[in-house]
Amino acid sequence: MTVHPALSIEGLGHRFGPRRVLNNVSFSVMPGDFTVLLGLNGAGKTTLFSLATRLYVQREGMIRIFGMDIRERASECLQRIGVVFQQPTLDLDLTVEQNLFYHASLHGLSHRNAAERGAVEIERVGLADQRRDKVRQLSGGQRRRVEIARCLLHRPRLLLLDEPTVGLDIASRQFMLDRTRRLCREEGIAALWATHLIDEVGEGARVVVLHKGEVRAVGEAGQLLGETRTPSMRAAFETLVQEREAA
Amino acid sequence: MKAIHYLRCFVGITAREWRRFLNQRGRFFSALVRPLVWLAIFAAGFHFVLGVSIIPPYETYIPYDVYIAPGLIAMVLLFNGMLISLSMVYDREMGSMRILMVSPLPRWFLLTAKLLAGVVLSVIQAYAFLAIALLWDIIPPWYGYITVLPALILAGLMMGALGLLLSSAIRQLENFASVMNFVIFPMFFASSALYPLWHVKEASLLLYYVCQANPFTHAVELIRFALYARLEPVSAVVLVAATAIFLTLAVYGYDPAKGLMQRRAAD
Repeated sequence: MTVHPALSIEGLGHRFGPRRVLNNVSFSVMPGDFTVLLGLNGAGKTTLFSLATRLYVQREGMIRIFGMDIRERASECLQRIGVVFQQPTLDLDLTVEQNLFYHASLHGLSHRNAAERGAVEIERVGLADQRRDKVRQLSGGQRRRVEIARCLLHRPRLLLLDEPTVGLDIASRQFMLDRTRRLCREEGIAALWATHLIDEVGEGARVVVLHKGEVRAVGEAGQLLGETRTPSMRAAFETLVQEREAA
Repeated sequence: MKAIHYLRCFVGITAREWRRFLNQRGRFFSALVRPLVWLAIFAAGFHFVLGVSIIPPYETYIPYDVYIAPGLIAMVLLFNGMLISLSMVYDREMGSMRILMVSPLPRWFLLTAKLLAGVVLSVIQAYAFLAIALLWDIIPPWYGYITVLPALILAGLMMGALGLLLSSAIRQLENFASVMNFVIFPMFFASSALYPLWHVKEASLLLYYVCQANPFTHAVELIRFALYARLEPVSAVVLVAATAIFLTLAVYGYDPAKGLMQRRAAD
């Protein structure tokens, strides 16, 4: 049986008016993969996420979710995707639980199902005692934890996380990373983790280096070190983003 | 996605609107105080200035405050329609709109569910206004409270759909103030809410045609007739058509392939 990539992007391009923000982007993420989309601010990461979640429609190239063209089968694709956006998306005036129920309803889950799954997920992110607190009362790190619990409610098989650790302290960042990697390892969920923080590329992670809307390299972290003959991921990244500019 | 998923989604969207409404009790009171100020002050002041002859659906001379009551009910619905718009713009600024937009259910359904949830709140506030208006002797026949319900729903839908359409075009929350100047005030004043259209026709034929073309006029007239268990068919048709047009344009505006979302991102 053919195993489709959880996310497959082929020749993806996008422009805002005359400004090209993505150009011929191609890579894939297999089930169970933790893939880091590494790029500086303005590299095109958020645009790529907006295309993959159908907030924007792609006009150039192809996005497939588990083999399905997102333009033709948007509903089935979105059922399989869990998203944490760069910008916070919780309703601050609702409680943690109410935010979870709202999300669950948007995916057609029953109240009972949402309550059961919500209790499990909120326990896993260590916020069981805060579940009846208004989100406004939570810290930035706690809000991010709620968002990761929320995006798992409908049991997605592909996680798209756009700079999920921006503004978080070290402990919260580590928690988010560990939790996502465990989901990939233990539950076979695929994750695309966009970041500009090079130290979030852990050992064994697949890396897609995106720079000025173009993919500069795809491969395992160790492989990229070998190809660029550099001792660290930071040096490898700098080499990759400078290479073509120098040329 | 099956029918049950659509139903759960609708319940979830409605529940969220209710919770937000209950969290903002001031919104409920201000929605009522606004028309009551018009009723208590404006209508009292103009009581002897504006004469109202016998016009359908009234069968006798009526006090001016009875005449403007349907217009003030429509005002409640109009402000609520704009609140739907404000809530959408606020959601977009706060980011929670994205969660709605990545739901696997179709966008036309999500927007319609938002609209219906808002209309339920509008209708409740309209009835609350009617209850308080009893203090001003605005007492339609008892069955009028029942027959007015479809008119309230249809008028609420039209104004909510207009609100959705505006929200797809408004770039940021700060721009919302202009909605007051360019939508709410012109719609309200260029209508039959405050004065009968034959009065307007005597003063300005152009303004009369503007009032006739204004869907708010038809919302007022539909409510006015419905309070006396009468149907104003032209108004009903205009409201159905306006609702369909506004909602279709709003769905278009929120469509990722065609609408304004990408153009906004480009700025």
